[in-house]
Amino acid sequence: MRGFDVERVAGYAVVRILSCHAAAAAGVFADSMNAISDVVRWIGRFVIFSMRGAGGVALFAAEGLSHVVRPPYYGRVFAAALLDTGFLSLPVVALTALFSGGVIALQSYTGFAQYHAQSAIANIVVLAVTRELGPVLAGLMVAGRVGAAMAAEIGTMRVTDQIDALTTLRTNPMKYLVTPRLLAGLIALPFLVMVADVLGVAGGFTVAVVKLGFAPNSYITATLNALTIEDVTVGLVKAAVFGFIITLMGCYYGYNSRGGAEGVGSSTTSAVVAASILLLAFDYLLTDLFFAQ
Amino acid sequence: MAGPGMHSSPKIRIRGLHKSFGEKKVLDGIDLDVPEGTSFVIIGGSGSGKSVLLRCILGLITPDSGSIEIDGKDIVTATSRERAEMIGEIGMLFQNAALFDSLTVWENVAFGLLAPEPRARADRHPRLNRTDAKARAGEILAQVGLDPSVGDLSPAELSGGMQKRVGLARAIADRPEILFFDEPTTGLDPIMGAVIDGLIVDCVKKMGATAIAITHDMASAQRIGDEAAMLYHGRLIWQGAAASLMNSGNDMVNQFTHGYRDGPISMELRR
Repeated sequence: MRGFDVERVAGYAVVRILSCHAAAAAGVFADSMNAISDVVRWIGRFVIFSMRGAGGVALFAAEGLSHVVRPPYYGRVFAAALLDTGFLSLPVVALTALFSGGVIALQSYTGFAQYHAQSAIANIVVLAVTRELGPVLAGLMVAGRVGAAMAAEIGTMRVTDQIDALTTLRTNPMKYLVTPRLLAGLIALPFLVMVADVLGVAGGFTVAVVKLGFAPNSYITATLNALTIEDVTVGLVKAAVFGFIITLMGCYYGYNSRGGAEGVGSSTTSAVVAASILLLAFDYLLTDLFFAQ
Repeated sequence: MAGPGMHSSPKIRIRGLHKSFGEKKVLDGIDLDVPEGTSFVIIGGSGSGKSVLLRCILGLITPDSGSIEIDGKDIVTATSRERAEMIGEIGMLFQNAALFDSLTVWENVAFGLLAPEPRARADRHPRLNRTDAKARAGEILAQVGLDPSVGDLSPAELSGGMQKRVGLARAIADRPEILFFDEPTTGLDPIMGAVIDGLIVDCVKKMGATAIAITHDMASAQRIGDEAAMLYHGRLIWQGAAASLMNSGNDMVNQFTHGYRDGPISMELRR
């Protein structure tokens, strides 16, 4: 009896342990399935959200650009946007380019001196400034200054009914607020980048001549030899694209602001972040398009 | 509420208007006739759908169903060009005046006068140049009791009452056939509220315009309105003469107009 009991108890214990394991395994399986479906659901939501966002921006841009060929035109608004985006951004873009050119000269000297290749510094500075630093730094500066201001201004107009007021005054808000700003970005950025190119090279020249002891004439000659029209042109094309992206993001997030001061604040942040990320992404794409072998 | 046939050809005729935001029904079958030359006041609590109704008529919000006819043309089914022309006949005083911060006061007032005209209006309202528009803005500012020198200030330099007056001046500048007033006296002291109401009545009567005002200021409603209606939970529950608002015979209207805490309208408060 005793042995029988032991076997029964042992058998019962084994069954219990196995069923516990089975239950635990089923639980783990269910948890895993739930976790996987949560991830799939999250990915699905993210994709839908992203597609909806990209579609919204594309439609907004298309509508904004469609008014370029449909009168009436608001010359005063366009002139004000051009002044704000271009002329008033000059100081910040100029200083950024000047110092960046100097830093490149200094850093490349530190590296190249080890290989006695200091003569390449003028080439490096002019290539870096015209191809990359001019457009990218000017773009980022303008995104911070102009993109944020546009989002805040249009966002405030949205939450204080000023955009609805435009409609009641026979004025299409897209035509009045968005189209002139998109055009201003498209036109102003290339001019800013031209200034940035000149000042960036001047910054490199100043550091090379004053601090590193280069001969001015030979530095200028090396710069002119390294400079190609293609580099400058591609930089300006990038600038036009960046200008469009910055003003588009500023207008889009401002126009779709909701919920008072907090909504305007978050729209402003989103406009600057989105413009900066898109700007760097498009910089890569354009570089790959124009310079990849 | 207004029965068909009450007036042969109402300036604004609304039938079966519905609008929901998600699960929330904001307008639940509005029927309304506003006869030409009438000053119509819509009262109702916060969130009752007054502003949404006004924005539907203005074409700023598309209703889920129903029709909104202005002079017999349905704004809901109109093309965007037709809708823009119909909205061009409406002047609007917004709750917070909604003046354009980036423009001076006179540029705000003259904005509609300087706006490019749709072809249909261009014959009746030729577009002014800036010099003439500024002079005209000065006249309109005087009409609402403001010195024309105010025209060179920016909206941020004005008090709330002055901003409302400038908003009113902007709304009437182009002599629209229809005027809308969204809470015209909100945020103003009682005397300034009465001044604004007086200006609204003067402007509406002088222009012979059809007006719709939404408010929950009973004194203002009686000063501005010829007729009144009350909106509750998206439906018009009463309509009558504005003069009878305080003794309407409707329990809900009585509770609302007298501000009684107890009555058929229960506030949705969470405890």
